[in-house]
Amino acid sequence: MKIKKILPQLLTLLFIVLIFGFFTMNAQENMDTRGIEFGFGFLKQEASFDIQFSLIDYDGSHSYARAYLVGLLNTLLVAFIGIILATLLGAVVGVSRLSPNYLIRKTASFYIEFFRNIPLLLQIFFWYFAALRALPMPEDAPLLLNSSFLTIKGLYAPAPIWTNFDVFFTTLIIAIVLIFFFLRYAKKKQEQEGKRLPVLLISSAIFIGLPLLTFLIGGVDLSFSFPVIRQMSQSSYTFDGGFKIPPELIALTLALTLYTATFIAENVRAGIQGIGKGQKEAAASIGLSPSHVLNLVIMPQALRIIIPPTTNQYLNLTKNSSLAAAIAYPDLVLVFAGTAMMQTGKAIEIVGITMATYLTISLVISLLMNWYNKKIAILEK
Amino acid sequence: MFKYVKQLTSLVAMVAVLFAFTTETMAAKKSKTLKNTQKKGFVRCGVSQGLPGFSNADAAGNWTGVDVDVCRAVAAAVLGDANKVKYTPLSAKERFTALTSGEIDILSRNTTWTLSRDADIGLTFVGVNFYDGQGFMVRRDSGITSTSQFKNGISACTNIGTTTELNMRDFFNSKGISYEPVAFEKADEVVAAYDSGRCDTYTTDKSGLAAQRTKMTNPDDHIVLPETISKEPLGPVVRQGDAVWEDIVRWSLNVMIEAEEYGITSANADSMKVSENPQIKRLVGSEGELGAAFGLDNDWSLRIIKQVGNYGESYKRNIADTGILPNRGPNQIWTKGGLLYVPPAR
Repeated sequence: MKIKKILPQLLTLLFIVLIFGFFTMNAQENMDTRGIEFGFGFLKQEASFDIQFSLIDYDGSHSYARAYLVGLLNTLLVAFIGIILATLLGAVVGVSRLSPNYLIRKTASFYIEFFRNIPLLLQIFFWYFAALRALPMPEDAPLLLNSSFLTIKGLYAPAPIWTNFDVFFTTLIIAIVLIFFFLRYAKKKQEQEGKRLPVLLISSAIFIGLPLLTFLIGGVDLSFSFPVIRQMSQSSYTFDGGFKIPPELIALTLALTLYTATFIAENVRAGIQGIGKGQKEAAASIGLSPSHVLNLVIMPQALRIIIPPTTNQYLNLTKNSSLAAAIAYPDLVLVFAGTAMMQTGKAIEIVGITMATYLTISLVISLLMNWYNKKIAILEK
Repeated sequence: MFKYVKQLTSLVAMVAVLFAFTTETMAAKKSKTLKNTQKKGFVRCGVSQGLPGFSNADAAGNWTGVDVDVCRAVAAAVLGDANKVKYTPLSAKERFTALTSGEIDILSRNTTWTLSRDADIGLTFVGVNFYDGQGFMVRRDSGITSTSQFKNGISACTNIGTTTELNMRDFFNSKGISYEPVAFEKADEVVAAYDSGRCDTYTTDKSGLAAQRTKMTNPDDHIVLPETISKEPLGPVVRQGDAVWEDIVRWSLNVMIEAEEYGITSANADSMKVSENPQIKRLVGSEGELGAAFGLDNDWSLRIIKQVGNYGESYKRNIADTGILPNRGPNQIWTKGGLLYVPPAR
């Protein structure tokens, strides 16, 4: 009986091991006959190519490992911004789709149907080349908010120059921790004594007040370096100083956000509609206001329906960010699986590392979302 | 006694048959690629995704260019028909993997011959079919006429996965100029981005600049600067480990160049069979047994010259007459002051 149970599993395992073994041997043999060596030593070699946009200090004299890190951080950056913006936009559009207002409802559904049904790569090209055509040259760019310039070469904004940034940053973390404990205390107090503290007011006071205090007594100072235009030749200009966001990042974030938000919006709508009508009516009948009905009764239950499919969309967004290669945003695929692979010829190693990296990012996102999902799930008593 | 004779003759016959087989297919046996090519009936050739003059497809899907002609020459030599080529358009990033993994058998895609590529990644360069160098293109109205006028903060559009990216860094570093590299995967996007004003300069091989300039909205608005910042010998590449195939590709190219040197063209090749010059006679196959060394017949080189033409004809047809680079520069036969000097086919 026991053998009957175990045998199929053992056979499956054996099969998988054999398949992997075959592929490994095959690759090894082919690489041997073609004189290709396998190894990760290249990661320490000098990369000798430059990267347009980097969150950390990098130039061509750094190693391939460092170039990998630059690409990884750029991928994480676009995924992080994209996830936040797509969630916000998706939530708004999802709720709008159920709005009693005809215009809002139809606009939301038109937006969803339009952006959901055009291939993402096309949208990326559209935003990038449309933006490049529409944006002004640096010398013609209007001043935005009295400080920034949006040009064909990117967005030039004032760059913050900090003194004693670490003091400020530590205080900010302390403030967040304090708020966390305060919220727990307030909740306990409400449950035990039925008293409601002015939660929002006090937390924002802590969040803003404490870091502000460091400016007065912590020796923290903040000034800005503003972008200043400079002529390079008879017809071309650039900006000195300030902080530059390349147009590739803007176009990619825009395309990823607009595309993924449509799916999230549909998840939100499905979640809200998945809650029985009776819940809403019951909440209204005990005298809750419409916003309370949504925030206290509908949303907590709807989230349980919304979270799992939205996790998929987060994963999709992260993986789709690899389309960046088409428009020169230096993400992991362009920098590492592109340039680095070409310069070293280590195709198997680099594709392997890249795959493992995306797998890890995806698993981490899943893990976080599963944890959150568990937290808001119905507690069986 | 009679019995033995019969046995002996059958043995001799068997040995003879065996020998005949071995001598005839010695080269083919040694070369897996040649055998596969003959079996398939076409040469698998990796080309660019569209670079006028080098490898470019027209609306009907016909490929032309000097790089394409190398593959056509091999097809003429090996299969007897220059049109029996299957082209695979490849990006700079994909090209070497496609070759080493066996998807294609010749990579003829404006590829620079460097030490690390030749020695490191399982490739063998067989020769040079175009001597090139990296240059810069700028907008005419910028007033820039030399790279010495480049200023800090210049943004440069280029392709990823090329020697261009590395040369660019060397160049700007040696001049002490800060620059912004904007690297795309495909050439068409590089051109579109530069054309729209995203970059101040576009850098790649000079032949590439000349060819891509024709794709700009208004080609006359752009100029290629005179400076050349690197050596870029471009040539066909084969997989490492198949010496016979390597020789076939190398000598198919060499025959084209040497045919020009001796004045043999596609038009006069047949009449050259009775030439006084033994080297010309060897090239058109009326003397010597040159093809046998590769396991090919003796007309292999004649077919190349007749069907594809000599190097000069190929250059004129693809690069000069299309207005890309009317001046042959270094890509001229050595006897006329150029760099094209190939070992003698004898």
